[in-house]
Amino acid sequence: MSGIVWKFGNDINTDVLAPGIYIKEPIQVLATHCLESIDVDFANKVKVGDFVLAGENFGIGSSREQAAQVLKELGVAAVIAKSFGGIFYRNAFNLGLPAVVIKKESNIDAGDCIKLELETGRINNQTKGVEIFAEIVPDNLLGLIKTGGLLGQLEKLKNIPNREYQ
Amino acid sequence: MGQTVSEKIISKAAGLTEVKPGDVVTCSVDLAMIHDSGGPRRVKQIMEKLGANVWDPNKVVLVSDHFAHNTDSESMKILQLTRDWAKGQKIDNFYDQEGICHIVTPERGHLLPGMFAVGGDSHSPTGGAFGCFMFGVGSTDMLGILVTGKTWVKVPETININWSGSLKQGVVAKDMALRMCAALGMNGGAYQAIQYTGDAVQSLSMTERMTLCNMSAELGAQTGIIAPDEITYEYIREAGGHIEDENNLISDDDANYLIKHEFSANDLEPQVATPHSPANSTEIKNIEKVQVDKFYIGACTGAKLVDLSMAAKILKNNKVAAGKQLTVAPASSKIYNQASENGVMSILTEAGAKLLPPGCGACAGYGAGVLENNEVCLASTARNFQGRMGSSTSHVYLGSPYTVAASAVTGTITDPREFLED
Repeated sequence: MSGIVWKFGNDINTDVLAPGIYIKEPIQVLATHCLESIDVDFANKVKVGDFVLAGENFGIGSSREQAAQVLKELGVAAVIAKSFGGIFYRNAFNLGLPAVVIKKESNIDAGDCIKLELETGRINNQTKGVEIFAEIVPDNLLGLIKTGGLLGQLEKLKNIPNREYQ
Repeated sequence: MGQTVSEKIISKAAGLTEVKPGDVVTCSVDLAMIHDSGGPRRVKQIMEKLGANVWDPNKVVLVSDHFAHNTDSESMKILQLTRDWAKGQKIDNFYDQEGICHIVTPERGHLLPGMFAVGGDSHSPTGGAFGCFMFGVGSTDMLGILVTGKTWVKVPETININWSGSLKQGVVAKDMALRMCAALGMNGGAYQAIQYTGDAVQSLSMTERMTLCNMSAELGAQTGIIAPDEITYEYIREAGGHIEDENNLISDDDANYLIKHEFSANDLEPQVATPHSPANSTEIKNIEKVQVDKFYIGACTGAKLVDLSMAAKILKNNKVAAGKQLTVAPASSKIYNQASENGVMSILTEAGAKLLPPGCGACAGYGAGVLENNEVCLASTARNFQGRMGSSTSHVYLGSPYTVAASAVTGTITDPREFLED
């Protein structure tokens, strides 16, 4: 996957990703408010296949999975950050949105075009002609991406416990 | 190698004799708590598509709290959908607009020490106050739990936060939580398990312990846990919970900790977090006299009986400042009833506080009392992210219920100890 980088700082929280006052709206509408309190242009201008790059603790805050869902709705290919809020991290993979950790300073700027290989963690900055490596995504989470999220896995379960049969 | 309380609970839930931090294990869930926002309205349709039902209705607690008491048609539809789903799935433990899930669930005796519990809300670490390993998940994660009764965890390291000494008058668990946010940051918990220990923690009441564990979410921890003791057991017995084994849920002496943090309660001052992060907390003397428009005592963090009682202690024989608004939204109907019976509620309303029904309300940007453009609010809630309580141009400060009440009297941020001196 390759696309343009949108860069944000530390502690990007779920309230700025999916503001509570719009939470009752359909996901398509909620998505238009994604990150608006930090960058009013983001939701309008981000393109399918683009990447979100951030600092520490991306997605800290609420358990609302709309925070990950709006990014997916907008077509974001993956979120790359130094660390993630734990609930957001689980939510992202459950919805089939890769969340990738890079510990070091990345030498990636807003607007750079990058290519990400999820299996190896290789990030090729095509604008700057440099390569860095993200942490490898754990197997169980890579499995979620391959099956299209947790729902894809649940659909494959033949024996969902059903109390009608217990 | 010995195990911490969290490791013991996860081992048992995973059916293993021992787990190590970093292991990815599948656990059986003892209790799943869901609410109207992340629950039925997000999982109903998909469960129908999967042809699946709840794995064990007795292990599910459903609480309508986020859209509670809202009268717009969309909220009414969500509340009805929640009722219909509860009926269809035969969920007996359904509390329809009787308070906030983190409060109602233990209040009705559903949380017991040693449980591996999940909640469809980020403040689920509140359950750690009862010796549960309880953490928040999103709705697809919860969907998987509701239909299989299982979920995976990467066994967290345990971070020990020890509070020695004792709190001074006017300084409470909320101040401890804000102090930790300032010292450790919103990633200080690093999605690991915090275990709170020390004299100052042990001497907290059960509901103050809930405040402490609740804000483990703001420390970025997966959960925050306190080993159960007589205070825990007494609360649970009164709530009607049945405890099988009233001992032995303690960390082994040779258990391993990622890090140990030491705090002293003796010299803790009232804390206030400035906008837009709980990690911006500082001693109140650094920001006294900031003008505030609205004061809010509410939410799972700051509207339990103990919280309302703190406000009443300040507001007895005082009035909310002219031109200002203090709103109080008790965290549950039971708390409302208790505060009515013991006279707390009449002190609050006679001082000029405006009452809202129990629910998550304005803390999460829902319903009555949300903030308008450029308004400044001081709240007893947990979180002051930009736009959380309404307009993205509003400003939210966080403090203890003591601090909110004292500031409501003067109209500016005020050290509550000025009202508490003997």
